[in-house]
Amino acid sequence: MHAGIIEPGHFRFTVNGETVVRLEQRLGYVHKGIESLMAGASIEKASRLAGRTSGDSTVAYALAFANAVEAAAEVQVPARAVFLRALMAELERLANHFGDIGAICNDASFVLMHAQTGILRERCLRAAEVCFGHRLMMDRIVPGGLARDIAPDGQAHLRALIAAIRKVLPQLVELYDNTASLQDRTVSTGFVQPSLVRQYGAGGYVGRASGRAFDARHNLKYPPYDQLSFDIPVLDAGDVDARVWIRIREVDQSLLLIEQILDRLRRGPVCIGLHPAGSREGLGVAEAFRGDVLVWVSLEGDRVMRCHLRDASWFQWPLLEAAIEGNIVADFPLCNKSFNCSYSGHDL
Amino acid sequence: MRKLLFESLFRRPLTELAPSPEDAAVAELATAVGHAARRRLGRSLSIREVDAGSCNGCELEIHALNNAYYDVERFGLRFVASPRHADVLMVTGPVTKNMREALARTYDAVPNPKWVVAIGDCARDGGCFAGSYAVVGGVSEVVPVDLHIPGCPPTPTAMLQGLLALLERVDAGAVTS
Repeated sequence: MHAGIIEPGHFRFTVNGETVVRLEQRLGYVHKGIESLMAGASIEKASRLAGRTSGDSTVAYALAFANAVEAAAEVQVPARAVFLRALMAELERLANHFGDIGAICNDASFVLMHAQTGILRERCLRAAEVCFGHRLMMDRIVPGGLARDIAPDGQAHLRALIAAIRKVLPQLVELYDNTASLQDRTVSTGFVQPSLVRQYGAGGYVGRASGRAFDARHNLKYPPYDQLSFDIPVLDAGDVDARVWIRIREVDQSLLLIEQILDRLRRGPVCIGLHPAGSREGLGVAEAFRGDVLVWVSLEGDRVMRCHLRDASWFQWPLLEAAIEGNIVADFPLCNKSFNCSYSGHDL
Repeated sequence: MRKLLFESLFRRPLTELAPSPEDAAVAELATAVGHAARRRLGRSLSIREVDAGSCNGCELEIHALNNAYYDVERFGLRFVASPRHADVLMVTGPVTKNMREALARTYDAVPNPKWVVAIGDCARDGGCFAGSYAVVGGVSEVVPVDLHIPGCPPTPTAMLQGLLALLERVDAGAVTS
């Protein structure tokens, strides 16, 4: 257990004075046997389990799982559902990036940023509640489409949210950039070698802050991202500061994406029936806020026979051990939060 | 069921616009928690959160209790780092086999009088993870639970309401620790 409201894990430090010489991570405390629960489950139950693999990425998991089932069943979901799914994914990314930017600064005792981004995060969650009826948008994405359409006033609400964020965000970015005491803690802290990132194939902001330009939305161009224009920010510095900047720039991109999605949203159904028959397999991918989520599923009729969910954290946890080497103990929370790997998504 | 259906004919849709930070209902609710907490425990109620195997969804909403909209600290409710400083254990998730021992030890480390609040549907009976080889079950399988706050995850408002319910039960002497 850790001295905070976070998931449990076991970190074993070897220190020389204040300097960390070695870190060993022991995980598995929140192993829930998700894959065994999925074996033999109905598609509906398995989808609920997938959405609870890592609560902060529930949209991304539900999306990756739905993509895998739809690939197996060889069906195309309606265009409106495809766009609304991406809308939810971007809203989830916004909320998580806001939370993490603030939490990283909070770990350097810069509480002001934490309070400000906390407000933005809450506004995103409330917008999600208004639009989709759940603050984290759990169980809104189901194989075949969506459980429900966006609320009638949802679009206006989202545009107001974007305007509100754009009003506040530049001030916060300036605050981060111009606070020397904060920069002192984040710049050159927790450096990850670009070669290690490539070797481990680490995705998300961990990879992109160390020069690995991979984003499933861009590289794999799954719909609707093949029809939307956006940039993938990449930096080479590889430190905590670079991971913060990647998130800041991804916030900008997500705002642009949400606007494009709202502009292109057309009327239509949001769900189609799924009637898979026989033995089928499918693979699905979705870019969660921390990196690519991959789901493989094997179906027998409308039952899930086997399923594997691979979190981006699998390839990021080992790099955290490398990132902390040579840093002082007091900088571990900063390094850890800048990675923000999932315990539950890793332990399954 | 007829009653429920009848009520639903007249009830306004549950989907509503986001309340502002000054929203009267949230403030009233939070004030009520503050009064009850003070009556029982003087000025404060210290809470230690334990993730006994949750998906992290409940933790996100517990974090939200600390943001500017809910700001639980102004009512003397605060989260502490050590169970030895706590009055309340707030436990999330189905209890996994690998967290059973840690949860029991944490409970033992909390000084009396103490209360346990189980957060979320998983904490009641394992929720959608019930029946797994790796899951013990609900929180009450390992430590005595005084209050359960349902939801997947419960909203911050629901958690404030739940803490109020706990304090009222404590005041009425229904709970002895």
